[in-house]
Amino acid sequence: MQTAPFALTIARYTLLEAARNRLAWLALFAIAGALGVAAFLHQVAITESREVGAAVVAAILRLTAVFLVVAFVVTSMVREFNDKVLELVLSRPVPRVSYVLGKFVGFSTAACALAVAFALPLALFAPGGRLMPWALSLACELVVMVAVSLFCVLTLTSVVAALGAAAAFYLLARSIGAARVIAAAGESSSAWTDRAADWAVGAIAKLLPSLDQWTQTAWLVAAPPDASQLGAIVVQAAVYVALVLAAALFDFHRQNF
Amino acid sequence: MRLRSFLARDERPISDVPKWVIAALALGLAAQLVVAALRPAPRASAEDLPVPPSSALIRLAALGEPVTAAKLLMLYLQSFDYRAGTRVPYRDLDYARVVTWLDRIVDLDPTAQYPLMTASRIYAEVPDPEKQRQMLDFVYRRYLEDPNRRWPWLAHAAYLAKHRLRDLPLARRYAVALEKNTTTPEAPLWVRQMEFFVLEDMNELEAAKILLGGLIASGQIKDARELAMMENRLKGLEERIEAERKRGK
Repeated sequence: MQTAPFALTIARYTLLEAARNRLAWLALFAIAGALGVAAFLHQVAITESREVGAAVVAAILRLTAVFLVVAFVVTSMVREFNDKVLELVLSRPVPRVSYVLGKFVGFSTAACALAVAFALPLALFAPGGRLMPWALSLACELVVMVAVSLFCVLTLTSVVAALGAAAAFYLLARSIGAARVIAAAGESSSAWTDRAADWAVGAIAKLLPSLDQWTQTAWLVAAPPDASQLGAIVVQAAVYVALVLAAALFDFHRQNF
Repeated sequence: MRLRSFLARDERPISDVPKWVIAALALGLAAQLVVAALRPAPRASAEDLPVPPSSALIRLAALGEPVTAAKLLMLYLQSFDYRAGTRVPYRDLDYARVVTWLDRIVDLDPTAQYPLMTASRIYAEVPDPEKQRQMLDFVYRRYLEDPNRRWPWLAHAAYLAKHRLRDLPLARRYAVALEKNTTTPEAPLWVRQMEFFVLEDMNELEAAKILLGGLIASGQIKDARELAMMENRLKGLEERIEAERKRGK
C-alpha cells in the first residue's frame, strides 16, 4: 500500500473539517478582541502606543493560537474515536503511518494558516521585517503543538487528559528557561538535593524545546532575531516534530482497536 | 499492566511495532539531545536584572494568585545571585532595582519573611557601604509596617549598622524603632534592649543609664539571672559615669 496518497486524503479531510468547524470564525473573533484591547490601550497609553499595542496583541494572539490549535486537534481526534471513524479507516488497507501523518499534515496546514492569519493584524503595529520572523516562529510553535497534541490524544484518548497533558507540556516548555536559571544555583551548592534538582531540571530541559525563546514579542517592538536564531528555531521544530511523531507512531502501533 | 488499565486499552507487544518506527524514535531522541546540547544554556547576569513591573500588573498576570507570584518572583530574583557555575557577586547587582523587586514581592505577599531575610542577611552583607545602607533602609521601612513579624530582620540590620557600617546613630535609630514598635511576646528582651548597648558604645552613658534603669524598674525582666546581670550592668555603668565625672574635675 502506498502511504502518501492515503496521508494526503486524510490531510485533505482534516483541513475540510477545520474549515467546517468554524475555526476561522473563532480566529476572527480572537483577532477582533485583541484589536479591541489594543485600541483601548492606544487611548490610555501616553507614549509608545504602537509598542504597547503590538506587545498586547502579539501576546494575546500567540496564546489564543496555541489554545485553538490544541483544542481543535484534541476534540477532532476524540470525535473520531467516539464516532468509530478511526476503526472504519483502519479496517481498510490503510497503513497506520498514513493515518498519523495525514492527520499531522492536515492539522499543521490549518495551524500554519492560523499563524499567518494572526500575524496579519500585527502589520498595523510592526513593519514586515519584524513581523515575518514572528510569524515563522509562531507557525513552528503551532506545528510543534499539533504534534504534541496528536501524541497526547492518541495515547490518552480522552479530551480532559489530552488537553491537560498538552497544556502542561506547553507551560513547562515556556518556563523551562527560567527554571534552569533558578536550578543552576544548585551547581555550586554542597547539598546533594540542590545538585539533584539542578540535574533533573537540566535533563527535562534537554527533552523540551525552549518555547520561551520562540515567538518573542520583543522581536516586534525592538530588534528582530538574527538568521541563526531563527534557523535554530526551525531546526529545533523539525527535530522535535520528528521525535514526537515517532513516539506517537510507536504508541499507535501498539494499540489494539 | 497498571498503565494499560489506566489507559483503558489493549496493547500489542513491542515486536509488532515496525522496526523503522523504533529506529525513527531512537534517531529523533538522539537528534533532540544534540540540538539541546548545542543550545546555549540560559544564564542570569547582573546586567540582565530588569526593572520590575508594577504590583498591579503582576497581580493581573498572576490571575488572582499574588502569593504564588511573590514566591516565584523571589526565586527569580534569587536566580540573579547565581550564574551557572559561578555566582554573580551581589555587589554587581543594581541595588535600586533589587530593592524595587523586594518591595514588589513584599507588596504581593506581606506575610512573607523571605524578602526581608534576604535583604538583611544576604544583600546587606556586601562590602559596599552605600549598597548596605540601601538594603538596611529597605528593611527599616518595611519593618515599620509590621513590626511584630519583621523584628528579626531589623535587629540584624541594627547589628550590621553598629558592627559593619560603624554608624552608631543609624544603629540607634533602628534600636529605638525596635524598642518602640515591637510588642510581641515572641521577641526576646534583648531586642528591646538594643538601644542601651548602642548608647553605651556611643558613650552616651547618662542616657544608657536612664534607659537601663527604666527597663529594670518596668518589671519587664522576669528572669532572675537576667535581672541580676542587668543590675550588675547598671552598677558598672554608674561606676563609669562616676569615673568620667572625676576625670572631668
